[in-house]
Amino acid sequence: MRRFRWTEWILTAPPLLWLIAFFALPTGLILLLSFRSAAVHGGIGPEWTLNTWKSLADPVYPAIIWRTLWLSAACTGACIAMGLPVAYWIARLPRRVRSWALLLIILPFWTNFLIRIFAWRTLLHPDGALKALLVWLGLAEVNDQLLYNQWAVLLVLVYTHLPFAILPLYAAAERFDFGLLDAARDLGATRGQAFARVFVPGVRVGMLTALLIVFIPALGSYAIPELVGGPGSEMIGNKIAQRIFNDRNLPLASALSVVLAVAVFLPLMLGVWLRKRLGDGLVSRGGHLS
Amino acid sequence: MDAFIELRGVSKRFGELVAVKNTDLILRKGEVFSLLGPSGCGKTTLLRLLAGFLTPDAGEIMVNGRDLTKVPPNRRPINTVFQNYALFPHLTIRGNIAFGLEVARRPKAEIRREVERMLDLIQMTAHADKRPGEISGGQKQRVAIARALINKPALLLLDEPLAALDLKLRQRMLLELDRIHDEVGITFLYVTHDQGEAMSLSDRLAVMDQGQIEQTGTPAEIYESPRSRFVADFIGDTNFLSGPVSHVDDSAYVRLAVDGLGAGADRNPTELLAWKDRELKAGEFVNLSLRPEKIIVSRERPPEQPQRNILNGIVEDKIYLGAQTQFRVRVGDRVVTAQQQHNHFLLDTRPISWNESVWLSWHADDGYMIVEDGT
Repeated sequence: MRRFRWTEWILTAPPLLWLIAFFALPTGLILLLSFRSAAVHGGIGPEWTLNTWKSLADPVYPAIIWRTLWLSAACTGACIAMGLPVAYWIARLPRRVRSWALLLIILPFWTNFLIRIFAWRTLLHPDGALKALLVWLGLAEVNDQLLYNQWAVLLVLVYTHLPFAILPLYAAAERFDFGLLDAARDLGATRGQAFARVFVPGVRVGMLTALLIVFIPALGSYAIPELVGGPGSEMIGNKIAQRIFNDRNLPLASALSVVLAVAVFLPLMLGVWLRKRLGDGLVSRGGHLS
Repeated sequence: MDAFIELRGVSKRFGELVAVKNTDLILRKGEVFSLLGPSGCGKTTLLRLLAGFLTPDAGEIMVNGRDLTKVPPNRRPINTVFQNYALFPHLTIRGNIAFGLEVARRPKAEIRREVERMLDLIQMTAHADKRPGEISGGQKQRVAIARALINKPALLLLDEPLAALDLKLRQRMLLELDRIHDEVGITFLYVTHDQGEAMSLSDRLAVMDQGQIEQTGTPAEIYESPRSRFVADFIGDTNFLSGPVSHVDDSAYVRLAVDGLGAGADRNPTELLAWKDRELKAGEFVNLSLRPEKIIVSRERPPEQPQRNILNGIVEDKIYLGAQTQFRVRVGDRVVTAQQQHNHFLLDTRPISWNESVWLSWHADDGYMIVEDGT
């Protein structure tokens, strides 16, 4: 039995209370709300019901949940695939150039998130510069629509989340022993083989962090599909907002939120479990498990 | 001489620094060859040139008659045991050893068979499924060797492979390396700054300094007949007794006039007899290298013999080294180091101690005249 320690409790109590009051309780309330009936004029009805949950069987919801999952997964995959070579490249730069390269990665954050999305709207607009360039290059037809579809959503999702993937990948790459790549080359591996068989597994803890840090926020995307997506590329966040603002159907919005929370929770748990496993293999190298 | 691996006029510079200067080197098939030198002498650069991580600015590298100068490391029949082992931490011991065959996409059955053979060679079968983080330094060392040998290279490069191990383990690993070499018969190029390792393991060795090979030869040749002061000093301890030739005749010996050995008022140069291994003129300046263990230390003046040099001095320091005792004896203005083997636990006489007057003597054949111009 561990001894009860007052100082530990005094230090832990404020954040614990904060999390209970502003995270655990609201989440519980949302779960409860999803079992209440909806009042006609908005708000919450008095009786308990399972109808809200049953209404999620409406084909529109599974389709949206599926789209949310695959867009987030595709975004995560693309971010990690692009982040790996970038992280490798930055980690191999001379030390004093590295911080400048990192600064360039973080630079977009100096502009407001919404403004950057609007910038993409301008770029992808039928009369926009990007469209004109693609048409000129013969890569697009004049009547092609770049905006308001799920590809536009995916593109902007990737654009927005890429820095979040690069940073943890870089943190892992910086600790990677690049001598191992020499060893791989020496043993007959091509550059590509050395990268895939030695570097990628070497930064797997960073990849896991990148996965969690990109996939989870992407699941909850709202502004991006709202601004560059169309009716056929909505994500679950848009549906929740519509249920609240348009229909004032709080129980249905709550049920959808619970679905989203579960969708976030599952990969998080998987990640924690995987990290523990990977971490065990890394302890001997003084592996870092941030 | 059957050249198997040959470096011809190889040079490499990094900016202003010339790391390897116009170097020729020939390795014979199946030999253990050591590259010995202080840190920064260019030996690691030479190794990386051979492995293919660096391209020489000039010269060529031939292996078995094939020019490999421009061939990338993954297509050279050369494998390396890295100083820090560079084992892949995410793979098991088995996975590490199999790596070379796996990237070459060899059949699964062959890979399994070869890996088992290697595990057996390094006696690590019991640990095959552990990861590098779970085994000891000496075991990692053996895994690194097995991993490098599985591709059956023409040449195995060993980059200070024992530097990270403690003394006892180092000695055991040396024997192990020797055994592995006997079994596989591959040419080993062993890079080290530790002369003990180089001497005990190698068939031949080269001493490097400032990007150049100073001398190549068997360990005994290098130890007994060093070509330069640097080599004599780097390989083992030595005393330099230098001076002009004072007398030459038809005999096999010359006389040198060495300054600073005279005691008290006698400041004249002392005449020492040395074996004349080449033609010398009177007045020519010569460096005589005299190994400490060649000098006999005695309390009584040894009997005069025709080719015996005798000096008298005071014991300034006495260092007990276990197997030997080292005496630092002041002779005139100089300190001469002499070493005596402990052949008996109980000495017949009282041991020589500090501040005693002793006689140092050696046969003229036991000194070695260094060829290079003296200073």
